[in-house]
Amino acid sequence: MSAVATVVIPGETVSRVSLSSEAVDLLRRLWDMHGPLMFHQSGGCCDGSSPMCFPAGDFMTSAADVLLGIFDISPAQDGSQRIEFWMSTEQFEYWSHTHLTVDVVKGRGSGFSVEAPEGVRFMIRSRLMETATPFA
Amino acid sequence: MTVYAAPGTPDAKVTFKPRYEHWIGGEWVKPVKGQYFEDISPVNGKPFAEVARGTAEDIDAALDAAHKAAPAWGKTSTTERAAVLNKIADVIDANLELLAVAETWDNGKPIREPLNADLPLASDHFRYFAAAIRAQEGHFAEMDGDMTAYHYKEPLGVVGQIIPWNFPILMAVWKLAPALAAGNCVVLKPAEQTPVSILVLVELIGDILPPGVLNVVNGFGAEAGKPLASSPRIRKIAFTGETTTGRLILQYASANIIPATLELGGKSPNLFFSDVADQDDAFYDKAQEGFVLFAFNQGEVCTCPSRALIQKPIYDSFLGDAIERTKKAVQGNPLDTDTQVGAQASNDQLEKILSYIDIGKQEGAKLALGGSRVDLGGDLSEGYYVEPTIFEGHNKMRLFQEEIFGPVIAVTSFDDYDDGIAIANDTLYGLGAGVWSRNGNVAYRAGRDIQAGRVWVNNYHSYPAGAAFGGYKSSGIGRENSALALDHYQQTKNLLVSYSESALGFF
Repeated sequence: MSAVATVVIPGETVSRVSLSSEAVDLLRRLWDMHGPLMFHQSGGCCDGSSPMCFPAGDFMTSAADVLLGIFDISPAQDGSQRIEFWMSTEQFEYWSHTHLTVDVVKGRGSGFSVEAPEGVRFMIRSRLMETATPFA
Repeated sequence: MTVYAAPGTPDAKVTFKPRYEHWIGGEWVKPVKGQYFEDISPVNGKPFAEVARGTAEDIDAALDAAHKAAPAWGKTSTTERAAVLNKIADVIDANLELLAVAETWDNGKPIREPLNADLPLASDHFRYFAAAIRAQEGHFAEMDGDMTAYHYKEPLGVVGQIIPWNFPILMAVWKLAPALAAGNCVVLKPAEQTPVSILVLVELIGDILPPGVLNVVNGFGAEAGKPLASSPRIRKIAFTGETTTGRLILQYASANIIPATLELGGKSPNLFFSDVADQDDAFYDKAQEGFVLFAFNQGEVCTCPSRALIQKPIYDSFLGDAIERTKKAVQGNPLDTDTQVGAQASNDQLEKILSYIDIGKQEGAKLALGGSRVDLGGDLSEGYYVEPTIFEGHNKMRLFQEEIFGPVIAVTSFDDYDDGIAIANDTLYGLGAGVWSRNGNVAYRAGRDIQAGRVWVNNYHSYPAGAAFGGYKSSGIGRENSALALDHYQQTKNLLVSYSESALGFF
């Protein structure tokens, strides 16, 4: 089962972030191991551009971040396993015209993301958003 | 041309152990939880050694060892510490080929780079900081005739260092050399993609340092990096990596009220002004090479010149020449000294680069060269190879805004000086930049106007130990290399001394 995040940005009507079915499966396993989870999209060196997955609340978001959407990975879709997806506001200014899908690849990314010890890595696949004006 | 024998075959310069442990208190120590992970060579995509998978318990053991060693090490004379650093440098030089093969096998870089850059720079960094610490002087100031303020530099104590995977040995040395020179003890965590070459280095230099002065705990960021960075038992944390982890490390540092230095990458502009093409001479040739340096280390450099900005009058001709020059880059077996472009460091890195090539095409960037994974065949077929890739587009595209960390360059044009500077500075980052012009005034002004910590003027990708390196904007905090790096590993002690017998008179 893949998953589509809810729309949370005021004034928007189309979801900005999705999870591939592999990402949902992995997140359910990680939830069992670590409890509630969150994403913060990284930028910069090395493993920059990877979405970092942390125990919820481990990473302190602030006014410098924007919430792009909230996933629900619970099988019953009852809101019991909600995962927020965050990005820094300044990075969002350059990314806002693209839709993001969190996928999983084999690998060994560094950073403190919780999936790395499983021998896999979350990765972003992007496509242009029909509803957003590129390079406005 | 030399092709070095692959590790595991006869005549190989390095023989890896089947299993590497942590280096704690001057001994190889098994992980408390008994777990190991495989280190994979990007050259052929195959595992070649097991490495201890550290946890908080191992970090604690390393911190115990470091704290035990810190009081004595911090009181050694700078003469003694400099001698130790110089010995380490000599050992690196004496084992150049062994370390180079280890580094290439672990990271995928073409071996001419560790032979001629990474390792000579590493030994030179130790020598530089051996010299810098001996030459460092405290200072004093006379407050008035009876009072003097003396300022002494003191070590911080025990520090944590988290190392990236793009230059595993050199980036470790950039952090280790100033920390050790200043009299600190270190708990270092190598990147989980590339731990072994550092451990090979530690096998060679471990006994030169007193037990506990240098401790290496391997493992994953979530399991070993986090307990190190968040420990109340370190007096400073240094990290090279990406922005989200950088912010997380600052959060941990704030909880413990300790300093953090961060190097978080960039999206470095490389500006070519029209006068570069005034003559077809040695300088033009140098500038052309300056463009192609985006493929150096497969683009896995925090300062990769991954945005080429070419002034309009020479855009077509300069880019045309640069494409031809890039086509000549030799991609192949990283152990071959003729190879110029090797393997990406990991499978996830390969996948990420390919995803950026995909988004670049979707955004309408024009693919001028490359754009695909390369299958080198034979034993290298499963390795992580990407063609040097050139895109033309404009600066708002994500190709121009994100550090791809691959051999991918995004090229655009600019009209005049102001336009060039505006495009150069239209980025979240400010680590490196390049400026190319025959006009010294233009080059100087551009160098000053670009918001980046390192602007190469009429050169690129030089990293001498004496030049300060670090970021503006989201590229981080602090400076590595140069004597400035010592400041990040030292406290200032002020002794305020009165030479008067007279009471203040308040009571």
